[in-house]
Amino acid sequence: MSLLVVENLRTEFPTGRGLVRAVDGVSFRVDAGEVLGFVGESGSGKSITALSLLRLVPKPGRITADGMRFAGTDLLAATERDLRQLRTRQIGVVFQDPLRSLNPVLTIGRQLTETLRRHLGLSGNEARKRAVELLDMVGIPLAAKRLASYPHEFSGGMRQRVMIAIALSCNPRLLIADEATTALDVTVQAQIVELLRTLIRELDIAVIWISHDLGLVAQLCDRVSVMYAGRIVESGPVRQVFRQPSHAYTVGLIASTPRLDRVGHRLSTIEGLPPDTTRPTGLCAFLPRCGLSVERCRQAHPEPRPVGPDHLAACFAHEGRLREGFPQ
Amino acid sequence: MTAPLLEVRDLKVHFPGSGSLFGRAAPIRAVDGVSFTIERGRTLSLVGESGCGKSTTGYALLRLVSATGGQVLLDGRDLLACRAGEMRQHRRRIQIIFQDAAASLDPRMPIGDLLAEALDIHGLHRGPGRMAHIRRLLDQVGIPSHFLQRYPFELSGGQAQRVALCRALAVEPDLIVCDEPIAALDVSIQAQIVNLMQDLQREHGLAYLFISHDLAVVRHISHRIAVMYLGRIVEQADKTALFERPAHPYTRALLSAVPIPDPEIEAARQRVVLSGELPSPANPPSGCVFRTRCPDARPACADTVPASRRVGEDHDASCIFA
Repeated sequence: MSLLVVENLRTEFPTGRGLVRAVDGVSFRVDAGEVLGFVGESGSGKSITALSLLRLVPKPGRITADGMRFAGTDLLAATERDLRQLRTRQIGVVFQDPLRSLNPVLTIGRQLTETLRRHLGLSGNEARKRAVELLDMVGIPLAAKRLASYPHEFSGGMRQRVMIAIALSCNPRLLIADEATTALDVTVQAQIVELLRTLIRELDIAVIWISHDLGLVAQLCDRVSVMYAGRIVESGPVRQVFRQPSHAYTVGLIASTPRLDRVGHRLSTIEGLPPDTTRPTGLCAFLPRCGLSVERCRQAHPEPRPVGPDHLAACFAHEGRLREGFPQ
Repeated sequence: MTAPLLEVRDLKVHFPGSGSLFGRAAPIRAVDGVSFTIERGRTLSLVGESGCGKSTTGYALLRLVSATGGQVLLDGRDLLACRAGEMRQHRRRIQIIFQDAAASLDPRMPIGDLLAEALDIHGLHRGPGRMAHIRRLLDQVGIPSHFLQRYPFELSGGQAQRVALCRALAVEPDLIVCDEPIAALDVSIQAQIVNLMQDLQREHGLAYLFISHDLAVVRHISHRIAVMYLGRIVEQADKTALFERPAHPYTRALLSAVPIPDPEIEAARQRVVLSGELPSPANPPSGCVFRTRCPDARPACADTVPASRRVGEDHDASCIFA
């Protein structure tokens, strides 16, 4: 049973230049306890997809979809009040920059207990006790003492731990992590990833993990959706997608990523820049940068088609040329 | 063996600590006795986490921050000891590019003027061939010449970094200090810039001091690597030795923390996860500065600052157990 089902989500922003199609017909599902990765470059629509689920898209953004259901709730029809409940009690969120998410003039303890009291109806004492447990769970030493600290007294890694504690405070069923470790140093990132792995297993929560880092996706996710210019161009089980990338963009992305365990070769590049989504061509958005395109790419728009078990790709080129074009 | 292009000896950059009511606070030892050499046409990478002193080291070479000790020898001349006028001549030979390339370009100047200004400052290419020279420079970094009239805000992140590289290149330097030049770029654009930097190195015999926290890129681009932690170099070696036989526990932890984009390798990998975070450079631990987070620390590590020791051919590490 899927926890979250999204069908044909579109999020558009009217601007002076025209309509920006930030998310352009995206469909996916998240099963209970599963980690789904969204990977893609800046502006590919991965963050806006997540914000659309929470109906937190900034004005004048417009969200439409054929369906968007979370654990029996229709997210499109939900009232603002339902959504507020949902956002903390059912769906926790961790963003890249914890300093912007935390209130600088309130203590960590206050921010944690406020959520617990309002949403779970705990008493002051109960909330305090639970807050200490939560900080303890995310590995903050001397948790009871740190309740009185302010956000600026914590390091970046510790702040992100606090954000995770707040996001998990009401036992949500889904956690959305948007570039949650991007601002952290690599050894601290490894600590946070390790923590998340343990928590995902122990609490049995589903996660939407948004990242530009293919390595983190490989490390953490069960399935992955690759986004380009507002669309999911490929999706599937993480091992499948990495072993047999079936969209020319995924192939290019993997080939242009330098790896710690490889040396000596010249990096493949994807020439050019991402397209302007205000001017859809009716063809594959990757076509102008694609080195593998075939005749059909210039005639029709590729729809996602199965290329393996639970593995979809929207690419005409994959059928013959992909494997010849980019030897492993 | 020929003399190195640049030799840095025992470089120190200490910033005064913020004073308290009861006297002066301890200085912040941002860079605390760093030594390395860079050969002509080669790339030395300085790696480490935020606050380890890698950028400050780069700035100190150009005297963009004042060193409080040590020597920076460019072909044997100590840059830290020379006068301002002489320093200007040497600056032509060492250029710098930054992470935020667009911010390093004057927003009111078209690209053409930005490049001409660099030539003016050093009195280069004054004659009639100047425009042709500028076009040639742009062509080398893959920017079409109709961009000459454009302003920095009209450039994408990758294009801005190409223009920054072009301006550095315009004055025919021997060394470019590259401070996280690709950290803000998307993966596909990063690869373009890395390839460009390697091409330029080959064509012009350029040396790079590549400052980065991204070890996968560092492995790709470097000849030699120095790992910094809390203001000191804890390990230094050529690329193969450092990545294949890391000797310092910090290097090992750093390498093991980098995710590899391959789910099968990731599933099988053993990780060294460090506890805790970077101590303050105002109050570093006694003895080995890494001991508070080191998985292999023993009581002896608190007693003495470990000297840099040879652990292999041209491979040094500052760990008493390495």
